[in-house]
Amino acid sequence: MLPGFKLTLGFTLFYLGLIVLIPLAAVFWKSSSLSWAEFWQTVTMPQAMASYRLTFGVSLGAALVNLVFGLIVAWVLVRYEFFGKKLVDALVDLPFALPTAVAGITLASLYSKNGWIGQFFTYTDEHHEVQSIFFSSRLGIFVALTFIGLPFIVRTVQPILEDIDPELEEAASSLGANRWQVFHRVILPMLTPALLTGFALAFARALGEYGSVIFIAGNIPMKTQITPVLIMQELDMYEYGRATAIAVVMLVVSFVLLLSINVLQWWTNRHNTHNLA
Amino acid sequence: MKTFLKILLAVGITVSAQAKDVTLLNVSYDPTRELYTEYNAAFAKYWKGKTGDDVTVNQSHGGSGKQAQGVINGLEADVVTLALAYDIDAIASQAKLLPADWQSRLPNDSTPYTSTIVFLVRKGNPKNIKDWDDLTQKGVKIVVPNPKSSGGARWAYLAAYAYALETYGHDDAKAKDYITKLYKNVPILDSGARGSTITFAKNGIGDVLLAWENEAHLVLKEFGTNNFEIVTPTISILAEPPVAVVDKNAKHHHTTEVAAEYLKYLYSDEGQEIAAKNFYRPRNQAIATKYAANFTQLKLVTLDQEFGSWAKAQKTHFADGGVFDQIFQPQN
Repeated sequence: MLPGFKLTLGFTLFYLGLIVLIPLAAVFWKSSSLSWAEFWQTVTMPQAMASYRLTFGVSLGAALVNLVFGLIVAWVLVRYEFFGKKLVDALVDLPFALPTAVAGITLASLYSKNGWIGQFFTYTDEHHEVQSIFFSSRLGIFVALTFIGLPFIVRTVQPILEDIDPELEEAASSLGANRWQVFHRVILPMLTPALLTGFALAFARALGEYGSVIFIAGNIPMKTQITPVLIMQELDMYEYGRATAIAVVMLVVSFVLLLSINVLQWWTNRHNTHNLA
Repeated sequence: MKTFLKILLAVGITVSAQAKDVTLLNVSYDPTRELYTEYNAAFAKYWKGKTGDDVTVNQSHGGSGKQAQGVINGLEADVVTLALAYDIDAIASQAKLLPADWQSRLPNDSTPYTSTIVFLVRKGNPKNIKDWDDLTQKGVKIVVPNPKSSGGARWAYLAAYAYALETYGHDDAKAKDYITKLYKNVPILDSGARGSTITFAKNGIGDVLLAWENEAHLVLKEFGTNNFEIVTPTISILAEPPVAVVDKNAKHHHTTEVAAEYLKYLYSDEGQEIAAKNFYRPRNQAIATKYAANFTQLKLVTLDQEFGSWAKAQKTHFADGGVFDQIFQPQN
């Protein structure tokens, strides 16, 4: 064991406690102002249930889409040389840096029925009015969550991809593997841990997203109201207990999901090492 | 150089002994920004003339409920000027920063000016929206904030409900039916008045914006009368945005006297005139008459008259499981 283990572990625990655990404990403590019956009634009320389904469902969808397209973006950035590559590389980080409210307003105006993109994706509703398919719909929320999640996949996969020696692929090819087999049997296993990490980060970020969603979502209860908006709404009515009760549900479910992704990552790591050995 | 500094210091001390610099923090809601910018300058001049002290009033604006929460959580407001009494009641009951009977301390239930809810439509009024019953027509898209989050939206909801009560002989079932139809025509619920204004005026969504009267006039000023026009319905609610000194904070800052005077001066001729110029309906009859052109006459009903009290309206309509929530539950 390296020297300094006790000191650094102590520091890690102290720091995590200060930055993460104490605020989280405060959420649990605040929600304890409700009785069990009140807590249960709050977290299972119809508009809360609808908001969980929406938030977790769309966040999962956005993270999955980013998993595929983020990998492609990272692949292109690592494996090819082209004009303006540095610019594209910098563009990837933009959703990180942009204040979410700016992203929200920009997306809402782009995807509204008069917007640059929205005007090409319209339908005529039952009152013969032209509507954008993105506005006040799940699709709009999905677009916003995909936008903010992209850099997480690209930035976690990119360095691993850079470290993969192209000679490995050449070796596989020379041994008779076709392109699909090279990707599937050689590259993908090495990338899986990074992809899972990126996926978990993008998914977690989407769950808590507020600013970029509210302008495009419509925020109609039971339909397009995400859980963070519901929590804000409870706070606006001075219902601190109820707001934190819903927050606790978000926290617990997110934690369980992230933990399972970590376990999966640990398992694939072991599995891969085993296969290689 | 040293003597120069000493002189400067001495001058500084004598000046501060003669005239004090006082700072007040006025925590207010979204659409009052322009009103208080003008009023603060007028009050500073008045206070300087009266006491010789320089008063700087800092303003903070946001959704009424969020602002009240800020004060409850420690934002050191000397005075609050919010969208509805319920929010100041919350400061009194949850943080005990002012007495529960704060509303009786100033005339007119501590509301120096009033407002109401009107319709803002696109130029030429293409959907021909004249009154509340036009809002429930099929295909009309209404933009209004979420009443659970926004003070102005709560007034708008109550105005619509009051219209239905008056029209259908106070039949609650019919009023509920009307309000359900109305909110079925709302494609987006922003969290505050300014958010809805941007959705309607800037992003071009919806046929009608239910807005504070003063906010509607502000849109005309900002975006031009070529794009929008105001439609005043036949009946609406008398929205009473109240003001109060936050006693504990003011005492702590030694600003009790100037804070009280700051609010009292809102009732003066000058204060009332500034309110009227900014499209808030003044309490003073003479000034209301002078600015009659700014305000269309309509029947205004009060909250107490139609709903009893804020506490009652909150419980019936806006609390979880209340009438507003029922609107969005799937119909069986």
